[in-house]
Amino acid sequence: MTLATERADVFAQCRAIVEDPFLSAARQWKDKHPSAGVVGCYPVYSPFELVHAAGLLPVGIIGGGNRVEIAHADARFQSFICSIVKSTLELGLTNCLDLLDGMLFHSICDPARNLASVFVRNFPHLRVEYVHFPQNLASPHATAYLTAELRRIRAVVQELAGRPADDAALRNSIALYNRWRRNVRALYDLRRTAPERLSAAASYALVQAGTLMPVEEHLPLLEEALVQIPARSAKRQDRIRVLVEGAFCEQPPLELIACIEEAGCYLLDDDFLLGWRWFTGDVPEDGDPVEALATSYIDRSVYCGTKHDVRESKAGHLIQRAQALGADAVIFLCAKFCEPALFDYALYRRALEEAGIPHLLVEFEEKMWIFDRVRGEVETFVESMLFR
Amino acid sequence: MTDPPKTSYQGRIHLLQKQLMGRYFDALTQAAAEGSPPAAYMLISGNPVELVRAFGMLPVYPEVNALQIAVKKQALPYILKAEELGYSVDNCAYVKADVGLFFSGRAAPFGTIPEPSLILCNYVGCNVYLNWFEHLREYTQAEIFTLDIPFVRDPAGPRPEDVEYVIAQLHELIAVCERLTGRRLDWEYLRHICALSARTGELWAQIKHLTKHVPCPLDAYFDAVTLMGPLYCLRGTEEGLQFFEEAYREVQERTELGLGPLPEERFRFVIEGPPPWPYLRAFRDLFSRWGAVAVASTYSTVGGLWEFGFAHDPQRPLESIAMHMLFWNLTNRDLLRRYAQIRRYVEEWNADALVIHSVKSCRLFSAGQGDMREYFTRDLGVPTLLVESDLEDPRYFSEAQMRNRIDAFFEALEHRKLTAVEAPR
Repeated sequence: MTLATERADVFAQCRAIVEDPFLSAARQWKDKHPSAGVVGCYPVYSPFELVHAAGLLPVGIIGGGNRVEIAHADARFQSFICSIVKSTLELGLTNCLDLLDGMLFHSICDPARNLASVFVRNFPHLRVEYVHFPQNLASPHATAYLTAELRRIRAVVQELAGRPADDAALRNSIALYNRWRRNVRALYDLRRTAPERLSAAASYALVQAGTLMPVEEHLPLLEEALVQIPARSAKRQDRIRVLVEGAFCEQPPLELIACIEEAGCYLLDDDFLLGWRWFTGDVPEDGDPVEALATSYIDRSVYCGTKHDVRESKAGHLIQRAQALGADAVIFLCAKFCEPALFDYALYRRALEEAGIPHLLVEFEEKMWIFDRVRGEVETFVESMLFR
Repeated sequence: MTDPPKTSYQGRIHLLQKQLMGRYFDALTQAAAEGSPPAAYMLISGNPVELVRAFGMLPVYPEVNALQIAVKKQALPYILKAEELGYSVDNCAYVKADVGLFFSGRAAPFGTIPEPSLILCNYVGCNVYLNWFEHLREYTQAEIFTLDIPFVRDPAGPRPEDVEYVIAQLHELIAVCERLTGRRLDWEYLRHICALSARTGELWAQIKHLTKHVPCPLDAYFDAVTLMGPLYCLRGTEEGLQFFEEAYREVQERTELGLGPLPEERFRFVIEGPPPWPYLRAFRDLFSRWGAVAVASTYSTVGGLWEFGFAHDPQRPLESIAMHMLFWNLTNRDLLRRYAQIRRYVEEWNADALVIHSVKSCRLFSAGQGDMREYFTRDLGVPTLLVESDLEDPRYFSEAQMRNRIDAFFEALEHRKLTAVEAPR
C-alpha cells in the first residue's frame, strides 16, 4: 500500500484537507453557518464535545506543518523553543487564524502556556482560554476540580456561541465523538492486525482531516475508509513491527512518517494526534455529561508525556504496551525542543534497555522537508534488527 | 572605557548566609548518614514548607542543590552524566545536574543529599517539575505526592474551586506525612511555624521596598539571591527569622547612610529571568562596570510575592499555604501578569531600563520573552536588553558576546540620558 494508490479514494480527500494551511474546510463550514463560531484547539487534549455542544466548530490548530515559513514569530520566541509554538503564532500573525472566535490552550508545557498569554496580547479580538487539567490524578478531589473547570469552559463556549450547551446537547456531542473515536480505534486495530493494508501515513492523514472539519462530515469518510481497507489486497513485507512514541503534540510531516515506513517499518501504533483519540473507551452517555467527561479524563484516558499519572509507572506502562503489541522495537519520534517528550525518552530508554527492547530516537521538526538522513538512520536500525 | 572598581559589597548578611547555608547542608549530610529525620524533596516555586516542617521533616530542594553545584563551577560533569543516560541537550540543566548527582551517589561538593522519604511535587507553574519528580520517583521508588496547583487563569485570581481543591489536597498530604512520620499533625506547632514565616516574609518584603531608595541599598538581583537561600531553606524556623531581622537591620542602615553596593549608582535596572549561576560573578561585573544596579527582579519572586502583600496567616494556616501556592508567587501567574509586575517595578522602583536574561533551561521564564521585549520597547518605551545564556549549563555562557551586548546597551542608555538632560535647554 503506497500513498500514491490511496489518492483515488477518501484518503486523497483527507490528504488535501490536511495539506491546506488555510483551514479551508473550516472556512467552508463557516460560510454555511455565518452566525456560528469556530474555536481553535491547541494540542494535546481539548474538550471538543463542549465546543461542539454549543454549536461551535472545534478545529485543531496543530502548528503550521512544513508549509508555513516563520518570519515574525521567531522574534517573540527564541531559537530553543519548539516549532509548533512559533508556527502557531506565525499563523496568527499572518491572519491565517482570522476565522477563529476562540482558542483553547492547555496545561501541557511551559512554552504552550506562555503562548496563550502571547495570543491574548497580540490578538485581542480572540477569546483565549487556558485550561488547567489536573495532575494529581490519584486524588479523589481531582474529579470535582476537573468538573468545575470543564463547567467554566462550557460557560465560555456558551458565551461565544450566544446559546446554551445544555446537558442534552452535550450528551449528543459525546455520543457523536464516541462514535468517531470508536472508528479511529477500529482504524488503529486494522493497523495492528494488517499493517500491510493501511499505512501509518494514510491513517494519519485520515485522522488529521477529522481535526480540521466538522465531525459529522468526517464520520462518513472514516466509515467509508473502514469498509475499503479490509477489502484491499496487499502482501506483507519483511519489515519490523514498531511502536512510535513521542509525537503527541507537534506533528511530524506526513512525508516523514511515510519515509520511516518505507525504510522498513510497520508502525503498529503511535501517539499522533493523541488528544483527539484521548479516551480508551466510550465517555458515558448517561448521567451528568460534564462529570462524565471529567471522570473519563481521570480514569479512561491514554498515557501521554504531558499527563503525569503516578498511579502507574510511566516507563512500565510503555514496556507493557510494546509487549502487548508484539512490537519488535520502539521508535521515539520526538519534536525538537519538546521537553516533555525528551524527558520521557530518558526514562523510557532506561526501561527499554532493561527489558531488552531495541529503540531508536528520531528528532524531527514539523517544518522539515528533507528526510534522507532519517531514512538512512532508520534503514540502518532496521537492518541491524533483520540481519542480526 | 576603563574598568572601575568591581562591587565589593560583602556585608554581614553575606557572611551569615554562608554560615547558615553551611549548617543546612551539614544537616542534609547528617540526615543522609543517619537516615533521619525523613527528607521531603520539594520545589522552590510557592511551596508548603511550613507543613513539611510541622512534621519534623527536612526540606530538600533539588533546585538549590543544582544551583549550588553550578555556583561552585562543577555542574558540567553532572550534566554530562545525565546526557549519557539519555537526557537531551535541550532538557532543563537543573534536572540534568540533579539526575547526574543522584547517579553519583548523591555526593555534592557541599554535602551529601539524603534519599527522599517523600517526593513532594508541588506543581506550581513549572511543568518540568512534573517530569523531574516523576523521574526521581522512578529512580528511588520513594513515595510521591503531586500537589496539583491550578494555574491562575482568571483575571480575578484563583477560583473558589481551585482553593478548595488545593486545601483538600493539603489534607491528603497531611495524612501521608502522618503515616510516613508516625506522628499526628500538631496544629499549634503549624500555626507557630506560619507565624515565623509571616514575620520572615514581612521583613523580606520590607527589604524589597527599601530598594526603591536612591542609591539602592543592595542589588535586588545579585544580593537578593543571597537572601533567597535562607528564605527557602530556613523559612518557618527561628534561625531563618533571625537572619531576616539581621538582614533588614543591615539594609535599613545602608539606606540611612546612603550606601549602595557600588561606589556610584549610575543606572537603575529591573532584571527578568534567573541568573547564570556558573558565571554569577562575571555576569554581575558586566553591570557593575557601568555603575548599573538591579533595583528589582522577577527571579526573587519565584518562591513568593511577599512584597505585594502576602503573608502566611497563623490563624488560617492551610488557606494561606494554599493561597501562597496558588497566587502569591511568580510562577503560577501568566506572562501578562509578569509584564504588569515588571512594569510596576520600572515605575515604582524608578528604573532606567529592563534587562531580560533569557535562559535556555527554564522555558517557564524564557518562552515568549521576545514578546515581552516587544511590549516594553514598543508599547511602553522602556529601553530593554535581551541576553541569552543558561542558569546551570556553563556551555551557554559566552562572556565576550555578553559583554559586547551589555556595553552597547549601556552606551546607548548613557547617550539617551545625556540627550534627555540636554533636551530642555
